Amino acid sequence: MAESTVARTRAKRRGIDPARADEYRGWLRQMILIRRFEEKAGEAYSLGKIGGFCHLYIGQEAVAVGSLATLGPDDYITCSYREHGHALARGIPTRAVMAELFGKAAGCSAGKGGSMHLFDASLGFLGGHAIVGGHIPLSTGMAFAAKYRNTNQVAVCYFGEAAVNNGAFHEALNMAALWKLPAVYICENNRYGMGTALERASAIYDISERACSYDMANEVVDGQDVLVMHAAMDRAVQRARNDKHPTLLEVRTYRFMGHSMSDPIHGHYRTREEVEDQRKRDPIAVWSQRLIAEGLLDEPGLKALNKEVVDEVEDAYQFAEQAPDPAPEELYTHVYAGSSPADPAGPSRPA
Amino acid sequence: MPTLTYRDALNQALREEMQRDPDVFLMGEEVGVYQGAYKVSRGLLDEFGPMRVVDTPITELGFAGVGVGAAMVGLRPVIEFMTWNFALLAIDQLVNSAAKMRYMSGGQIGVPAVFRGPGGSALQLGAQHSQAFESWYAHIPGLKVVMPATPADAKGLLKSAIRDDDPVVFIEGEMLYNLKGEVPEGEHVIPLGKADVKRPGKDVTIVCHSKTVAVALKAAEQLAADGVDAEVIDLRTIRPLDQEAVLGSVVRTHRCVVAEEGWPFAGVGAQVADTIQREAFDELDAPVLRVTGADVPMPYNKQLEKAAKVDPARVIAAVDSVLYRD
Repeated sequence: MAESTVARTRAKRRGIDPARADEYRGWLRQMILIRRFEEKAGEAYSLGKIGGFCHLYIGQEAVAVGSLATLGPDDYITCSYREHGHALARGIPTRAVMAELFGKAAGCSAGKGGSMHLFDASLGFLGGHAIVGGHIPLSTGMAFAAKYRNTNQVAVCYFGEAAVNNGAFHEALNMAALWKLPAVYICENNRYGMGTALERASAIYDISERACSYDMANEVVDGQDVLVMHAAMDRAVQRARNDKHPTLLEVRTYRFMGHSMSDPIHGHYRTREEVEDQRKRDPIAVWSQRLIAEGLLDEPGLKALNKEVVDEVEDAYQFAEQAPDPAPEELYTHVYAGSSPADPAGPSRPA
Repeated sequence: MPTLTYRDALNQALREEMQRDPDVFLMGEEVGVYQGAYKVSRGLLDEFGPMRVVDTPITELGFAGVGVGAAMVGLRPVIEFMTWNFALLAIDQLVNSAAKMRYMSGGQIGVPAVFRGPGGSALQLGAQHSQAFESWYAHIPGLKVVMPATPADAKGLLKSAIRDDDPVVFIEGEMLYNLKGEVPEGEHVIPLGKADVKRPGKDVTIVCHSKTVAVALKAAEQLAADGVDAEVIDLRTIRPLDQEAVLGSVVRTHRCVVAEEGWPFAGVGAQVADTIQREAFDELDAPVLRVTGADVPMPYNKQLEKAAKVDPARVIAAVDSVLYRD
């Protein structure tokens, strides 16, 4: 299947603005934090300290960092199950994210969500959601609420390219365009829905073209370049905030690891050569080299940054390991508002 | 007290709640310009405008999800399903999103939404339009399931459902919309989770809800003529189930029949029967019997359809059995 030749807006490589050096270095720090965090999470998973599924984000860091940097404190964010990176980039404390992976009470979802369900309402981080595409209508609902209340908020939704083939995606984007909602849909196209390559699942190759069905603004974005990602997202957010028009961003990225910790980096569905080739555009290397080339960072500075981040991750790891489990009575809290429910099939009540 | 139809009682509840709270809005297929497929939303578009009475495309999954998302950030949506049969397309949003959001966020995010519309069978609508799904939703921790049987209950329970901080599955009886009854004006609120004694009696307890309340009352009337004093308990809320009301009645009557429109397998009656045998086994003078819809997809043929439905004769037969009169 050939890549479409349909003309459309593409993010142009932008020049560096030296006045924003601190901000740029902040992005790099966040990307490195996500990378080191994920490596540590993978290690902890192998040691049995993290349960369930664990979907690593390694290789896609520039997407979360570049896009979330454009948002304000009141905006709403929803993600899929591969959301550790977004949670960290949004500013959920590293300790709280790691503790959640460990299932501890100090976790950002009190140990009840786990890897796929990170939440922080105070940051508008309204969840990792684990049914493919199921959260896209939720994000549309948040954009609807912003319009209903006439606020200036934007609802941003991250999902993988596999989600665009299901009904939730179409229904949600149709309504967002129909009702002119302040929404940004970010498709992180990492080429593989679990082990199924895009061209084996999708009748069209260019996901951005899906937006044409709804007459919706769209862009194809290089997700391995944080500056390009930031610029494209900035346009989309302004379009949502000022013009009340939604946007679909198709972000071309790549995951260097398997779909989850249960599948190898390469295997039946992709080759070692392909992964190695993609690693040449590691977003962290791309950005750090750019900053060094522009004179906004030097090698000792990069090393120091890395050391700082490694320490932060190690601290989070120690914190998570030592943090207590939720108390046994927490089993029955948070099912309903207010008091805990009775177990309908539980033991006899006292007479 | 004014007499209203079940339909108009629901309309009144919606209107009053939308007047009271600007965060309450109605969304669904044909709720606005068309005035509601069953006319429950008649007049609301004129009064509240298109931002609060929102016509949607035919996309149950999509607009149910929009409702959940809006509720996650504090609005109080009332999502109308044209029928609960169509809501099957949205069940992922109710089960995987609405019901679990509070729990998996560690208590941070609630979903104060109401999902409502007609359920159960009407007349000769065939298998895909004649289904009672309350046991499906009642199975899910995190959801509440409410089913009013009378106009007054329809108003009082819908107002409570809208004010509730949890997702409520509110199933209206498709055959009940024209039912008339006295409805209190203004603030009339019935707490969720409280059953109602629709007819007191001492010989046998008939537990029912929604459409089968009228069936049970008719059966009780005929039984009374035959010297049997039946108590009719309307569950009103399936989840949380008012175990105390059911058990209290069984302790007085020692016999129980559960009547419901749904299929028998893993139905609401199974839960009620389990509760009774667990909590009041020694009080029973006969096994708890269940009268349910036939365990088949609903046939179109009028006579077959009649045979598939719960009617007073079948309730009476079950009562006769628990009284050992058969």
